[in-house]
Amino acid sequence: MNWQLMWDSLPRMLGGLSLTLQLIVGSLALGALVAFGVALLRLSGNRVVETLAAAYVFVFRGTPLLVQIFLVYYGLGQFEFIRDSILWPFLREPYWCAILALTLNTGAYTSEVLRGAILSVPQGQVEAARACGMSRALAFRRIVLPVAIRQMLPAYGNEVILMVKATSLASTITLMEVTGIARRMIAQTFAVFELFIVAGAIYLVLNFIATRLIKFAEWRLTPYLRARA
Amino acid sequence: MLELLSFGPNGWGGQLLMGTAMTVAVAVSAFAFGILVGSLGASAKLSHSLALNVVADVYTTIVRGIPELLVIYLLFFGGSGVATSIAAAFGYDGRVDLNAFTIGVLAVGLISGAYSTEVIRGAVQSVPFGQIEAARACGMSRWLILRRVLVPQTLRFALPGLGNVWQLTLKDTALVSVTALAELMRITHLAAGATRQPFLFYSTAAVLYLMLTTISTAFFNRAEISANRGVRRA
Repeated sequence: MNWQLMWDSLPRMLGGLSLTLQLIVGSLALGALVAFGVALLRLSGNRVVETLAAAYVFVFRGTPLLVQIFLVYYGLGQFEFIRDSILWPFLREPYWCAILALTLNTGAYTSEVLRGAILSVPQGQVEAARACGMSRALAFRRIVLPVAIRQMLPAYGNEVILMVKATSLASTITLMEVTGIARRMIAQTFAVFELFIVAGAIYLVLNFIATRLIKFAEWRLTPYLRARA
Repeated sequence: MLELLSFGPNGWGGQLLMGTAMTVAVAVSAFAFGILVGSLGASAKLSHSLALNVVADVYTTIVRGIPELLVIYLLFFGGSGVATSIAAAFGYDGRVDLNAFTIGVLAVGLISGAYSTEVIRGAVQSVPFGQIEAARACGMSRWLILRRVLVPQTLRFALPGLGNVWQLTLKDTALVSVTALAELMRITHLAAGATRQPFLFYSTAAVLYLMLTTISTAFFNRAEISANRGVRRA
């Protein structure tokens, strides 16, 4: 075990941390928006819209993320009208392609989590809110959504961990985040185990922090479950 | 354009089919290896030995907490070295080279095994302890209890969870393409580059993966029905 090499490799690996964090935060934030929209569409009651939303979820959950990333990065550029569109400055950058693919992927998974959580809100609470004179939109905003978000947190925590790991696939489209740097350094030095341990430790720390944050959010949102002092 | 997908001399149909077969072969072998690892991991987690508990906990925490791609790189760049030193310990002093298929199965199997460990542990724990006591009271030996009481019920409880692990495993095999193993993703990548039709080929790959996941969902649903045929529904 070459400790010196492990220690020396740390600054270079941490150089990729900023990109990894951008990919995680960016795709989770945008993915949450997508998930919210798709979950609402799936519960809209309109058959056509529901089928379309379900098809989106089916495709993105049933195919490997790598296919989705390559489809966005290599596939979209094939079309003339995309290369001529105003989106091209974004879609030709691997960075935005990675964000887009990760967003669509996590959006599909999260929309299912959110849909289940919305359905789990007891009907009686909605009825009570309506009886108090709240409009449907107000009842959704004040009653259904807060309860659903609290309900979905444990399952969403799993999704966050999956996303932390999924950002490593961005290295396959030339992005030099932590895994990309680790791969390049392994190819240069052949110190496989040392570099694997350093890169792995970075991801473990990230996931540890992510689970703590979710736990904290859960704690904050469930004051009624805490033991009364 | 669809001629490119045909089975003719200009088409990639035959190669895509071979790639799909390779993907299924890697996925099935890795899943089977994962169940073996998972059974060992679950028994380690449930054993009374502190050392085994810690080893199994470290294994599942690390493998589930780091990216799959890193595990594949670890085996890809380091697997042959380890195999060589293991062979050396047994007195063989040549170099052992693992082929891409073995590396893929080992890597994906180790990932799959970490998830299987948790599924199998949960399933074992949901067999009521009274049944084990009853079996013991009937005079069954440990092995007989394992074979007649524990394993059949564990399989039934584990089936839904193992179905999820299978889907993960199937999709993880796409990552093995970084080792240039000629599975579906790798063939697709080559075809997309050679024909300059990336969208066509990557969407074809997506459809093929969708078919595999859909067929296996149906298969696991049937397996669940058949495993639960003796159980009364609430």
